[in-house]
Amino acid sequence: MKRVARTGNEAMAEAMRQINPDVVAAYPITPATEIVQIFSQFVADGLVDTEFVAVESEHSAMSACIGAAAAGARAMTGTSSQGLALMYEMLYIAAGLRLPIVMPEVNRALSSPINIHCDHSDTMGARDSGWIQIFSENSQEAYDNVIQAVRICEHPQVRLPGLITVDGFIISHGLEVVDLIHDEEVKSFIGEYKTERSLLDIKHPYSLGALDLQDFYFEHKRQEAEAMYNTPEVIRAVGEEFGKRFGRKYDLIEKYKLEDAELAIVVLGSTAGTSRVVIDDLREKGIKAGMLKIRIFRPFPHKEIAESLSSVKAVAVMDRVDGVAGFGSPTFNEVRAALYDGPTRPPIVNYIYGLGGREISLEEITSVYKNLEKIAKTGEVKKIVNYLGVRE
Amino acid sequence: MKNLMEIRWHGRGGQGAKTAALLFGEAALATGKYIQAFPEYGPERMGAPVQSFNRLSDEPITLHSQVISPEVVVVLDPTLIETVEVTAGLSSGGVIIVNTREAPREMRKKLGLAPGKQKVWTVDASTISREHIGREIPNTPMMGALVKATGILSLESLLSDTKKKLEKKFRHKPEIIRGNIESIKEAYQKVKGE
Repeated sequence: MKRVARTGNEAMAEAMRQINPDVVAAYPITPATEIVQIFSQFVADGLVDTEFVAVESEHSAMSACIGAAAAGARAMTGTSSQGLALMYEMLYIAAGLRLPIVMPEVNRALSSPINIHCDHSDTMGARDSGWIQIFSENSQEAYDNVIQAVRICEHPQVRLPGLITVDGFIISHGLEVVDLIHDEEVKSFIGEYKTERSLLDIKHPYSLGALDLQDFYFEHKRQEAEAMYNTPEVIRAVGEEFGKRFGRKYDLIEKYKLEDAELAIVVLGSTAGTSRVVIDDLREKGIKAGMLKIRIFRPFPHKEIAESLSSVKAVAVMDRVDGVAGFGSPTFNEVRAALYDGPTRPPIVNYIYGLGGREISLEEITSVYKNLEKIAKTGEVKKIVNYLGVRE
Repeated sequence: MKNLMEIRWHGRGGQGAKTAALLFGEAALATGKYIQAFPEYGPERMGAPVQSFNRLSDEPITLHSQVISPEVVVVLDPTLIETVEVTAGLSSGGVIIVNTREAPREMRKKLGLAPGKQKVWTVDASTISREHIGREIPNTPMMGALVKATGILSLESLLSDTKKKLEKKFRHKPEIIRGNIESIKEAYQKVKGE
């Protein structure tokens, strides 16, 4: 283990160097550019054996990754925001063809209005594309998650693509302390990539991407869903093994002071770190505050979330994206649905915050707990969907 | 959070405020501290006012919000004082270090800080950098001033880590490495506070 200072982008590029993928095809986009820029330097310096394909768009980047993965290669790319949006149709194809492409992705707002800063609109837009989605709180988690994603995505029971996100600028460009694992240990942890079949294996030819109409399309999509249902078990096992070998254990969700909590917030990404400071402060004042951090957004850990929140008195779901669907944001709606079948249904509210990189302060997070305190006391939810930190 | 020190760097685009925060963060890491270093990302252009930040602690830092009330403010360009509220949020026992020819007492008046709690330090980092590096790059000497004014790191650990970092970047320009190291030392010796 080597302790260094790395930004989220540098940490993920470092993980990519250690993974040494066969093919990386990429197109630059703020704030994810550095990931593939740093990686391309590794290629130029001969530190990896990767075939680097500089393409003309993100659509082509994902297309090239799909081609490479189908040919039997370990393929990676990196992107953000409009880049991920431009990949949209190819995302479904990567998942439908069951190609375990791993993609670091930096969370950034979507246009319009044009904005380069953090929110989760881009990632949430791809939530039903069949990709595994892993959210990272900081640079260390980003690094660890990219390494684990290779194992998870390539697992024979999974064979699905996965994206690993960090919050734009806040983490992607923030220098933090990261413990790096030795190259050899990463290599042995991820192992050799063994495909079940590949298009370049000319002794065993097969068709890929053929027309699939009323007769079989549904069965194939059902199998894809089944692979996703298998994923939590694999994610847990990989996270467990990672913990045993490198000292940092990972699960589907992370609970912070939640065991005896009465007031809980549900958070994704870097805001979880800031929330810890608020919770410590509230705990010192005798307020039983806790947090549930969702690490894996796809597959959605509905059972674990329902169990973890079953005994709290009030819940707030913080979402760095607006559903614009008329009622609540994505995480809120899914957490709320998860709680529906539980023996107790705690009152639940939604906070939409931080769009386009709008700062989220300690005071604002504290105000969410203050509202939860009122709700817990009266049992009355005055407003279900709330906006935090916006002028209106 | 207990045990947390926050630093805000003010500079103009091109003066190395971001680099200073990164280098200083790495130097603190080398002494075993947990660190963060991040710039404020706005429409940064050469000459425009920019800010960058450090957090240092003996414990892991989980905070990811903006720095609002820093213990230390470093001003790389004295002309910023006219246009930017450089003392905004400076904590009551805080320290402000300004690159200027003026004495700390005069600078205190300009900043509008009452005598007492907050300390004002000044050093002519522009001249120091011109003499040692050959151009006006006040960021490294201001790291020397920062270390003297706060005692947060020893001069030796700052020098040894900065040297290592510069050796990577300026492998073929030893005079740049030497110039930076000398300016850190000189600013450390010359900075005055009240």
